[in-house]
Amino acid sequence: MYPSRFNYEAPTSLDEAIALLTANEDAKVLAGGQSLIPMMKLRFADPAMLVDINNIPGLDKHGKESDGSYRIGALVRHAHLEKSKSLPEHQPLIASAAHLVADPIVRTRGTFVGSVCHADPQGDWASVMVALRGSIISHGPNGKRTTPVTDFVAGPFQTVLAHNEIAIEAVIPAAKGTRAGGYLKLERRVGDFATAGVALALDMSESTVNDAGIGLTGVGAQTINASEAAAALIGSALDNDAVENAARLAAEAANPRSDHRGSADYKRHVIATFVKRIIANVQHAEMQVA
Amino acid sequence: MTSLFEEVPPTAVSSDIPTTRVELKVNGETRAANVEPRLLLAHLLRSGFKLTGTHTGCDTTNCGACTVLYDGQPVKSCTMFAVQANGHEVMTVEGLATSSELHPIQEGFKDEHGLQCGFCTPGMMMSAKALLDENPNPTEDEVRWALSGNLCRCTGYQNIVKAVLWAAEKMRGPEPAAETEGE
Repeated sequence: MYPSRFNYEAPTSLDEAIALLTANEDAKVLAGGQSLIPMMKLRFADPAMLVDINNIPGLDKHGKESDGSYRIGALVRHAHLEKSKSLPEHQPLIASAAHLVADPIVRTRGTFVGSVCHADPQGDWASVMVALRGSIISHGPNGKRTTPVTDFVAGPFQTVLAHNEIAIEAVIPAAKGTRAGGYLKLERRVGDFATAGVALALDMSESTVNDAGIGLTGVGAQTINASEAAAALIGSALDNDAVENAARLAAEAANPRSDHRGSADYKRHVIATFVKRIIANVQHAEMQVA
Repeated sequence: MTSLFEEVPPTAVSSDIPTTRVELKVNGETRAANVEPRLLLAHLLRSGFKLTGTHTGCDTTNCGACTVLYDGQPVKSCTMFAVQANGHEVMTVEGLATSSELHPIQEGFKDEHGLQCGFCTPGMMMSAKALLDENPNPTEDEVRWALSGNLCRCTGYQNIVKAVLWAAEKMRGPEPAAETEGE
């Protein structure tokens, strides 16, 4: 399958890339291309120009900043995160999701930021970003702006990015205490869309939860921010009542459809189970350390 | 039967179709081509360079039959444009064997009966190569995980996993003699 014809540009600076996007309204940014290229081959997308940002230096870094925030550049591949030795300590939720994205071959090309920009309601990273209250930094002709992911994603496959703006970085705010959490996804086979997925982030002091966030994958028309469920955990010591309550509220926040991957009831049940299981894993890990 | 390629008079192609010159290393050898930006890497390898060992299976980023190494990392060559390989190194299944010897991964697939129809095999072997380059002593689980982006409809995977473990052992060479207990 061939995509429609397009012009290809591979600028070596961000300014050059933004200028190309500004001059060509129907241009698209190419980073990992693991969603864009299949869509172009199926002719769901037919941009007149691709602006390949892979040759722009400085976008392939991820790490903790001095202010405690964690930054992930636009060219950081899923595999970079999966293989990172330092990530599990700083961002356990991201580390636990990295090896569940797509399949190993797609993970060597596909990028974290690109996946958020693709805004697929089935995307794993959007749920992770929601749970961690992450933001996307974009760069346009008038400079940079920071948009919380909940505002960044405007709907299925839609973001608030202007046509001449490039998402250059994801920012995860500093932890209020020690960061814990995890991602669980049910998929029929590797690379399939999620039947259901839960991203759960906890910021803890000792055994008390200072802050919590829960994002749900694949159980609605878009990524679901289960804020009430997360609120049920804040201030608790992850006692049984708080956990049961959060699991129930997360299942209620889900809005799944019955389809070939399972009934709506089943998917809600999976969501509740995953919330409890992630918390149990966190408690188990704490016991190991203690 | 019509040919896959039809020669057309030069005037039939509108002159505003831009082509780009790409130069890349394929299996250690520098190759160059003028390509339309929409040409996929898989097609440059197969139709351009006649390296037909790389197979296109699903053509939708699912099956992994078209897997090649791009700067040492496994990629689906149906999901990259040839222009993106400019200045990079690509290794296809043809790059595994030397003129006289099969690569241990190829030997492993032969010895352990790791293929039936053979369609997925080049992709399987390139994913296996990437794994063993990084992790010379993988567990069975790690092999299964590394190959989870490559689909096979014949074997049920058992012998493919055995083949990769066989190759890993061969590539590590003879194990140092185990220490005797009590010493």
